[in-house]
Amino acid sequence: MTEPQVIARPGGADETRGADDIAVRVEHLTKVFGRRPLEAADRLAAGASREDVAKLGTAAVIDASFEVRRGEIFVVMGLSGSGKSTLIRMLNGLLDATHGIVEIDGERVTGVDAKRLRAVRRSQVSMVFQHFALLPHRTVLDNVAYGLEIQGVDRERRLELARDVVRRVGLSGWEERLPSELSGGMQQRVGIARALCADTPVLLMDEAFSALDPLIRREMQEQLVELQAELGKTIVFITHDLNEAMFLGDRIAVMRDGRIVQIGSPEEILTDPANDYVAQFVQDVDRTRVLTAASVMEPPAASVPVTVGPRGALRAMRDVQSSTLLVTGPGRTVLGAVRDRDVLRAVQSGHRELRPLVDADVHRVSPDTSLAELPELAVTSGLPIAVVDGGDRLLGVIPRVMLLAALGNVPTETSEMAIVDLPPALDPAIVAQTLDDATARFDSQEVSDAR
Amino acid sequence: MLDDIRLPLGDWVETGVDWITDNLAVLFDVIRTVVGGVFDVVEMAFTEPPAIVMIAVLALVALLVRGWRMGLGTVLGLVVIVLVDQWDNAMATLALTVVAALLALLLAIPLGIWAARSDTVSAIVRPVLDFLQTMPAFVYLIPAIILFGIGVVPGIIATIAFAMAPGVRLTELGIRGVNREIVEAGAAFGASPGRILRQIQLPLALPTIMTGVNQIIMLSLSMVVIAAMVGAGGLGQDIVQALQRIDVGLGFEAGLSVVILAIVLDRVTNALGSLQAHSPVAKLRSRRRSAAAAAASAPSPHDVAAVASVETAPAGSGR
Repeated sequence: MTEPQVIARPGGADETRGADDIAVRVEHLTKVFGRRPLEAADRLAAGASREDVAKLGTAAVIDASFEVRRGEIFVVMGLSGSGKSTLIRMLNGLLDATHGIVEIDGERVTGVDAKRLRAVRRSQVSMVFQHFALLPHRTVLDNVAYGLEIQGVDRERRLELARDVVRRVGLSGWEERLPSELSGGMQQRVGIARALCADTPVLLMDEAFSALDPLIRREMQEQLVELQAELGKTIVFITHDLNEAMFLGDRIAVMRDGRIVQIGSPEEILTDPANDYVAQFVQDVDRTRVLTAASVMEPPAASVPVTVGPRGALRAMRDVQSSTLLVTGPGRTVLGAVRDRDVLRAVQSGHRELRPLVDADVHRVSPDTSLAELPELAVTSGLPIAVVDGGDRLLGVIPRVMLLAALGNVPTETSEMAIVDLPPALDPAIVAQTLDDATARFDSQEVSDAR
Repeated sequence: MLDDIRLPLGDWVETGVDWITDNLAVLFDVIRTVVGGVFDVVEMAFTEPPAIVMIAVLALVALLVRGWRMGLGTVLGLVVIVLVDQWDNAMATLALTVVAALLALLLAIPLGIWAARSDTVSAIVRPVLDFLQTMPAFVYLIPAIILFGIGVVPGIIATIAFAMAPGVRLTELGIRGVNREIVEAGAAFGASPGRILRQIQLPLALPTIMTGVNQIIMLSLSMVVIAAMVGAGGLGQDIVQALQRIDVGLGFEAGLSVVILAIVLDRVTNALGSLQAHSPVAKLRSRRRSAAAAAASAPSPHDVAAVASVETAPAGSGR
């Protein structure tokens, strides 16, 4: 299956992997709060459980290891108490690690003195907070310029840069207001602007949208994805909201009781949960937001160039066992679709041209169109949906049957653990089978009717 | 039996104070000279100008921080003090209060900051403050006389000891109460601890710290009256005299003057903590800011539309 993220977000590409592509490296990171943290960390490393060391201290994060690639949105997801907030605070040294290593852009964050740590924070990593954490006694503009102020940029220059970032997040005109005069969503825009303005390659976002109401949250998520595609920042995003994780994450780390239980792309987490816990967790996710047209489309086998004529089209229909075909023009651009009924009549009456039979009213979508938008299109046209690139060239086809299966939180067979049974939703073999059955029946009926 | 045992605590303290008097005399001479000198200057500044000028200045301050009503009230109150012939005493008391409160603040605020940053310091300072605050105020006068002799200085020193506790406490409370995330934000962007203190913790703790300042001033005022017993002068002197002579009239006039001073000081310092919206200073500030806003960015219609579309319900999302 193609990686839809690659198409949707060029910044998140993973074609080349090398040491240079790692923005954040975390190795065996452990944090224990309490009276004897070191001893507890040693015993955890030796395989003790969280309960085993409860007397020595509270193990918030246990043996976390992962790498965040440059330009990636890496989401750490877990319920409250899973240790995700502690984890993110160790990434920029707000909390000292009990054990383990954190490197940002090759710069150590763990085990360095306060001065070195401040230098890393100034140049490498900024942060967005759950409750915004704006300086209430400063204007929006001064808040946004705060990072630059600490970096020692002179006032005129930093306000100029800040004004630019304020415009980028859509807050022009509010520069001289105080944070208290802004709504929650706008305040968090200021928080994001402040982090962007510091111009660090890595952004940490701690439950950044959790305090916002759902409509605003959705907008902020979309805007974040846009900003990230534009600026190519590396983002580590903490959330307890699975839908948010699925929407934002190029990769997701699922945390439970201080440990990372699975790291993978949203689709991997969804279709191949590492254990029952993750499976339970993802059960309620709205998969239409995660899956895109690219993740359910089929290779465009059911398509023919317009030049083959009605006979060629009929032959292709028999070969791929489909009652409808997409017809492409020069450069594989989509012209429309033909139905078997029309093609058969044309063949019988001896027409040579396919073009007059083409129904141009085919829906075209881009590969990163959310699955949520597709059913409506399928219902209104009755033709397969063409997935096209920016130049209207055909990339793949989504048959209508495929949509039903992909949307199926309905398991295709029995219905115990929907999530475990679900992979067929994405398994082309089963969908193709269903499709074949349906079209075969339809074809034979049509042919006999024609006779 | 316990009856037979006498803990010679008083003897020990006496021995300690004796030792201090013998060995640290030079230090106390320096303190006496400095504190006495500061007091003389301040008292002169308050008593030299004609009463009418002082009243005008004080009323103006009240007007600026709190509004015209407070300004008018200040004028009326101070005129009453003049009319009962307590003006010079009142200014001496005001000078004592101001000097003692300033010195108490100079000690209390740094100590409060230190206690806020270190749990150990906080754990040590807290019982000491409890001790200082609950020890009967008169008791401070005894070692103060021994160490500094009779006069204004022992009064001021005893006042500082008595009045500084709430300043330390409220400074610590204010700084510890600053939103943790905002302090973290400072650190996360690479600010040094000193910078976080100056730019984030102190400004955000200011209302609480100002409550501490207010408390110090009020406690100082109450203590300088008692300090008259060791010769500190001011309104307290007349009150002590009235007590000795059972002179109800004099006692009431001097006492009323203390009350008026107290009200003026309390209202003014209270208002400093949270400048009220209708005070002329606050109005001036917000006007300057909105003028800057208008000048800085005449937003294009496009920007306004963008903001309007992304923030359709600012009120709702604020909840």
